[in-house]
Amino acid sequence: MHTGTRRALLLHLAVLAGLFALQFVLPDYHHRNLARILVLASYAAGYNLLLGYTGLLSLGHAMLFAAGLYGAGLAVQLLGVNAASGFAIGVLSGLALAVAVGLVALRTSGVAFMIVTLMFSQAAFLTTLYFAAFTRGDEGFVLPEASRQYQIGSFFFDLSDPGTRYNFALLLFAACLMATFVLVRSPIGRVLVAIRENEQRTTMLGYHTFRYKLLALAASGAISGAAGAAYALLFSYVGSTFASIQYSILPLLWVLLGGVGTTLGPLIGTVLMFYLVDVISGYTSAYLLLVGVALVLLVLVFPKGILGTVRAKAAPWLP
Amino acid sequence: MAAVTLLATEGLSRHFGGVKAVDGVDFALDRGEIRAIIGPNGAGKTTLVGMICGRIDPSRGRVRFEDRDITGLSAWARVQRGIAYTFQITSVFGGLTCFDNVALAAQRRVHGHRALDREVARLLGRVGLADRAGVVAGVLPYGHQRLLEIALGLALKPKLLILDEPTQGLSDAEIDHFCALIRDVAAEATVLLIEHNMAVVMELAQRITVMDNGRILAEGAPEEIRANPQVQEAYLGS
Ligand SMILES: Nc1ncnc2c1ncn2[C@@H]1O[C@H](COP(=O)(O)OP(=O)(O)OP(=O)(O)O)[C@@H](O)[C@H]1O
Ligand SMILES: [Mg+2]
Repeated sequence: MHTGTRRALLLHLAVLAGLFALQFVLPDYHHRNLARILVLASYAAGYNLLLGYTGLLSLGHAMLFAAGLYGAGLAVQLLGVNAASGFAIGVLSGLALAVAVGLVALRTSGVAFMIVTLMFSQAAFLTTLYFAAFTRGDEGFVLPEASRQYQIGSFFFDLSDPGTRYNFALLLFAACLMATFVLVRSPIGRVLVAIRENEQRTTMLGYHTFRYKLLALAASGAISGAAGAAYALLFSYVGSTFASIQYSILPLLWVLLGGVGTTLGPLIGTVLMFYLVDVISGYTSAYLLLVGVALVLLVLVFPKGILGTVRAKAAPWLP
Repeated sequence: MAAVTLLATEGLSRHFGGVKAVDGVDFALDRGEIRAIIGPNGAGKTTLVGMICGRIDPSRGRVRFEDRDITGLSAWARVQRGIAYTFQITSVFGGLTCFDNVALAAQRRVHGHRALDREVARLLGRVGLADRAGVVAGVLPYGHQRLLEIALGLALKPKLLILDEPTQGLSDAEIDHFCALIRDVAAEATVLLIEHNMAVVMELAQRITVMDNGRILAEGAPEEIRANPQVQEAYLGS
């Protein structure tokens, strides 16, 4: 039991150390990509908490990512708050939206839950278009340069500097990874997994499963919001594409590819899918088709994903 | 003996379409007893205890537990008040280890890694699965899954432990072990046992309730029930 936990902890720390070291050897192009991937992998980690550990398949996570993105972006753009406050507002936006949606959507399950989350997310997407006066809709807006530079004590940060950007992205990912690691190894995580396996039975052990599902969705929303906020602040762009259905499907794909219900799967899935799309889009603009095909193939022939398969075959201690 | 009523139902009924699965049952249980409910297939036993533990909503009637009306309480809240139910059809968490199964049931009561480890080990030992902690429950033989199911029930430290056909599919040796276990449990909890195996019923139960067609046909000590002609006709007839 506990040797497994220690081994898993060491593995997670080694992965984080490796990611830290990579910034010194990667060429510019990949350095920039990896910063972006780390933010998206954080988003995937938030998605995985709900799908992988609680068994709830949402088709509306784009609204949570976008809540963070717009929460941070609009606060910086319109209210002129600094980047740190913008980030906090983004996290809270994701959290609050997740709780509000959860109070309604979690009364359903299975396919109905997928449809309800999808509809909420489409409504959020349309909202970003409707308020184009503030959001500039599809076209989006770029954050002012000054908002991305700020001072904490005697430290000066410039988020447009690639090195700073990379390390903030890594910090976000490390926080999300370790938070999910601790959560899934905790008694609460055990209950979430039990709900995934058999909700009725979990109820008969004295758990009010609705509360736990709401908690999982809230945590997932906060992490998705954090990723969205970081995306806005680090890459300086806020647009409604990020609220579209595409950004609800992508985390599903990343998580399925990397291994649903594994803490490190979302990272692996995001890296692979990012570069796959990168390569393919050099040849064709129909990369969404590829996303669709990959999704179907994964579900049909490779449901455990990469790390899920490794865990089943060789490393049962993987969290 | 100054019996204290732990559980009582009043006019409890459940209809499925035209089927009166349970039909106006007044059933009472004293604190500390081991009670068996027997009756032919489809008599309404599972439905009755389902309404007691909150898995099934009654069509009519009330349930009282420790002098409180719990009819409106959800199943999880009844579990928290001390009513545990083990399923007729084994439904342990097949994808989780035995350790995690029992830990799930125990962790609301026992906090901290070490204490939980110890408690789970104790409970697994109590049902004879001490060496199975790391095994995924789904691959256990059926009899062991039934024992694990009982360990889950015990882990809740219930005031009332409801066991729905716990010995179904167990070997003779396992049944002996089970009977010893239940006698041991009865020191701490009231036990309500639905059971088809008459040897087990006669050995364990202090009182027996006989159900037929959704109603209580007879109730009494084992020897009274054995001697009851109505019961012999309806059930023990063989
Ligand atoms: N969910 C349901 N829908 C419709 N009918 C049901 C349902 N559950 C039980 N019944 C019916 O209610 C009656 C009582 O069933 P119940 O399962 O309570 O019997 P039982 O005494 O537990 O039988 P057994 O010994 O076979 O377990 C049966 O006629 C059964 O077919
Ligand atoms: Mg039954």
